[in-house]
Amino acid sequence: MRSHEKVIFEYSHPGRGATDQWPSDPGPAATADIPAKLRRTQAPLLPEVGELETVRHFTRLSQLNFSIDTHFYPLGSCTMKYNPKACNQYAMLPEFLGRHPLGPESHGQGFLACMYELQEMLKEVTGMQAVALSPMAGAHGEFAGVAMIRAYHRSRGDLARNEIIVPEAAHGTNPATATMCGCVVREIPVNADGDIDIDALKAAVGPNTAGIMLTNPSTLGVFERRIQEVAQIVHSAGGLLYYDGANLNAILGKVRPGDMGFDVIHMNLHKTFSTPHGGGGPGAGAVGVGARLQPFLPLPIVGRQGERYRWLTETDLPQSIGRLSAFMGNAGVLLRAYIYMRMLGREGMQRVGEYATLNANYLLALLRERGFEPAYPARRASHEFIITLKKQARELEVTAMDFAKRLLDHGFHAPTTYFPLLVPECLLIEPTETESKDILDAFATAMAQIQSEAEQESERVTSAPHTMPVRRLDDVRAAKQLDLTWKPIAQS
Amino acid sequence: MAFIPHTPADVEAMLATIGVPSIETLFDEIPAALRVKSLAGVPEELNEMEVGRLMSERARIDGRPLCFIGAGAYEHHIPAAVWAITTRGEFYSAYTPYQAEASQGTLQLIYEYQTMIASLTGMQVSNASVYDGASAVAEASLMAVRSNRKSKSQRILVPTTVHPHYRKVAVATAGNQGLRFEEIPYSPGEGVIAPTALAQYEGEDIAALVIQQPNFFGRLEDVDALTDWAHARGILVIAVVNPTSLALLKAPGSWGTKGADIAVGDGQPLGVPLSSGGPYFGFMTTRLEFVRQMPGRIVGRTVDLNGHQGFTLTLQAREQHIRRAKATSNICTNQGLLMTAATIYMSLMGPQGLERTAAAAHARTRELVTALTRLKGVRAAFQGPVFHESVVLLDRPVAPVLSALASRGILGGLELSEYYPELGHALLVCATETKTAADIESYVAALNEVMQSARTTEGRAA
Repeated sequence: MRSHEKVIFEYSHPGRGATDQWPSDPGPAATADIPAKLRRTQAPLLPEVGELETVRHFTRLSQLNFSIDTHFYPLGSCTMKYNPKACNQYAMLPEFLGRHPLGPESHGQGFLACMYELQEMLKEVTGMQAVALSPMAGAHGEFAGVAMIRAYHRSRGDLARNEIIVPEAAHGTNPATATMCGCVVREIPVNADGDIDIDALKAAVGPNTAGIMLTNPSTLGVFERRIQEVAQIVHSAGGLLYYDGANLNAILGKVRPGDMGFDVIHMNLHKTFSTPHGGGGPGAGAVGVGARLQPFLPLPIVGRQGERYRWLTETDLPQSIGRLSAFMGNAGVLLRAYIYMRMLGREGMQRVGEYATLNANYLLALLRERGFEPAYPARRASHEFIITLKKQARELEVTAMDFAKRLLDHGFHAPTTYFPLLVPECLLIEPTETESKDILDAFATAMAQIQSEAEQESERVTSAPHTMPVRRLDDVRAAKQLDLTWKPIAQS
Repeated sequence: MAFIPHTPADVEAMLATIGVPSIETLFDEIPAALRVKSLAGVPEELNEMEVGRLMSERARIDGRPLCFIGAGAYEHHIPAAVWAITTRGEFYSAYTPYQAEASQGTLQLIYEYQTMIASLTGMQVSNASVYDGASAVAEASLMAVRSNRKSKSQRILVPTTVHPHYRKVAVATAGNQGLRFEEIPYSPGEGVIAPTALAQYEGEDIAALVIQQPNFFGRLEDVDALTDWAHARGILVIAVVNPTSLALLKAPGSWGTKGADIAVGDGQPLGVPLSSGGPYFGFMTTRLEFVRQMPGRIVGRTVDLNGHQGFTLTLQAREQHIRRAKATSNICTNQGLLMTAATIYMSLMGPQGLERTAAAAHARTRELVTALTRLKGVRAAFQGPVFHESVVLLDRPVAPVLSALASRGILGGLELSEYYPELGHALLVCATETKTAADIESYVAALNEVMQSARTTEGRAA
């Protein structure tokens, strides 16, 4: 990989600029009507660079990244599968890019048709009654879901229900979301096999229970086998079931959250439906609901009247939890998900769950053959699985983080490390269905090589990576001596 | 198989390694009663050629009308290099830079973004972006309540000159935690916050005041006086700004004597296409003293084991994956790709190009409004300075006029009657540097015809 690239401001020269990209100078008269006291007096610190310098700088920066297009990226719980180029190309047709969010429905029937059909397809693959597309990420979808649960209880005058139950292995966003919705979090344990501790659940539910947030397959990479019983316990206590769609890829086309008894779900379209992760976003966290929560869905939603599509508003859904984005969520991401789903079709949808599961179980088998210890040896892997390196940490003083960093030298992005928190020294590995057997074989080989290196010259592993643009970074210094913006030499 | 590379021989070998007879066996822990029987509601697959035809047809239906709508989403020229680089797989298909050593490109880019957006808003620190401008206002309100040590209240003053959708999102998002948003009216005829409306809050415990500049009507608020009024009463100021305007207008960090406390807005004008409303990104900057109350990802520069410069996510103790229920927000992503586009856009523009863009957009809108208000039955709604957007009043209902214009391929602006019924037949219009004199002429001519023909019809009916 490339190494150091200067900060763009270090290329800057006063008076240089990508002038062909600018409009022609309208002269000072153009802004003479803006009063002096409202004007800016000092120019902002933006670089003054030419077009080629800009292109070269950002292209070089891109080359410092691992990505799906360049590397195997088995980041557990993130579903880093191939993002088809067609989805990007056809979502970026000029008519779609140029469409104003507040433009009339008469000039949006093509876009609205895509959104309506996306809603319908998502309903079908999840078994829910209705879908709203506007939440802009998984955590945003979680927020919408829990806000709907609260609104539902309130609408019935059931004001005491403010507790959200989450398993201890849940994503951090679950408890954080419950707090954002003004709820109190109650964590419950899981048993040694990775299923929810049913007795603890029974003890936790009661008249204050608003609902439970579950991921299934769970963050432990196994299917919650007693899900019907869980649903029955929570429903009997008057609570609702929230499905965190983080792991929907595992079961796509095989089993549906609606059939498991969930009342509300969010789907990470950037995971299961392969829209780009974009270096951290944009995601899309569409929500689906059963009949009870349908009146509370966030707006806007696309409706159909005869052959015409239109936006549903507060008039159609007076009990809606409201608007969660300025316009229509991450509309362009939704278009990409729509295109992906049309390309997969009915059978392709089922193959996703099948081959994601096949790849995970195959890679787990390979790693077991090479002596790695699964966290849940008695269980099938779902689309991902956990290995624990606690033995390596204890006997060789080589940690999960060291393995993760050394994998980078082998050209593999590291799996998720130290999550879920309850498995010590863990790697959460999710290969996804789009990876070939060859890649999985090579990954297992690399893991075995690192293992023997850890046994013979552990320092190579504990000081990894060696081939990246930087070595391990001083995170303590980063947090203590805050350097969050570049400053010209004169000021720094 | 779509996007799955396995050959039958691969599958056979893999199953043998696992020790199961079929893929189906791998699902044997799922109760049989729950298994999917059919997905009849999903259509059959399309190949790339077929889906290309379908999408091209859908796009053709929507067409490419001449658009004079702004209202929080602005059509600016986007240099070709912006999306050519942004859609490179190394940016497009990477994720949150958890493995810093393998994500230096994204991390350094965020650091450069933080620098640019902090400077543009005149603030000290920036996060790596949030969902959009509306959600940024919601997050800023929550942050202000956490940050304001002088206030024990959860009351936020929000003038009705703030984007109506932003106000709705703030209530829907932060209302669940008990925040109360109290609306302040604007001066009729002026379209800016009425100073008299603030008087009733003298002596009350308020956490923050939201000020949008330019406001939803395009009008410029007296930001210095408003900021000083708030600060004198221990109220924090949340600035909501259009980033393009900041090439010309005073940065929030310079508002009043002490400057705004938090600045947010939608970054869409910085190289992000209109795209039916998203994905955009919300930017958020603040004073250094409040950085630990800020939600979202933040990148810092540090050194590696060899003492070389490197970049990493920092101050993560604020975030949900560490703090869980006590985090500053549940946000777990940023709008990375859009922030990437904006950073490339700001680099290509530089201070001079951005100023020219702002000035040209402003000049075009003035030309448009001047020409429109010369027409019979059209007048300006408000007196006073604006930036690149303005409200005009028609002498008849707006909806039929807009729909007649739309049938001629012109989107004439946003009707305001749903949001501000008291304004009457009000229309919010915007032109940017993308509109030529000929575009403006054709809008004006079309509106003239539509209004005339409506009058003729009325005349006949009378």
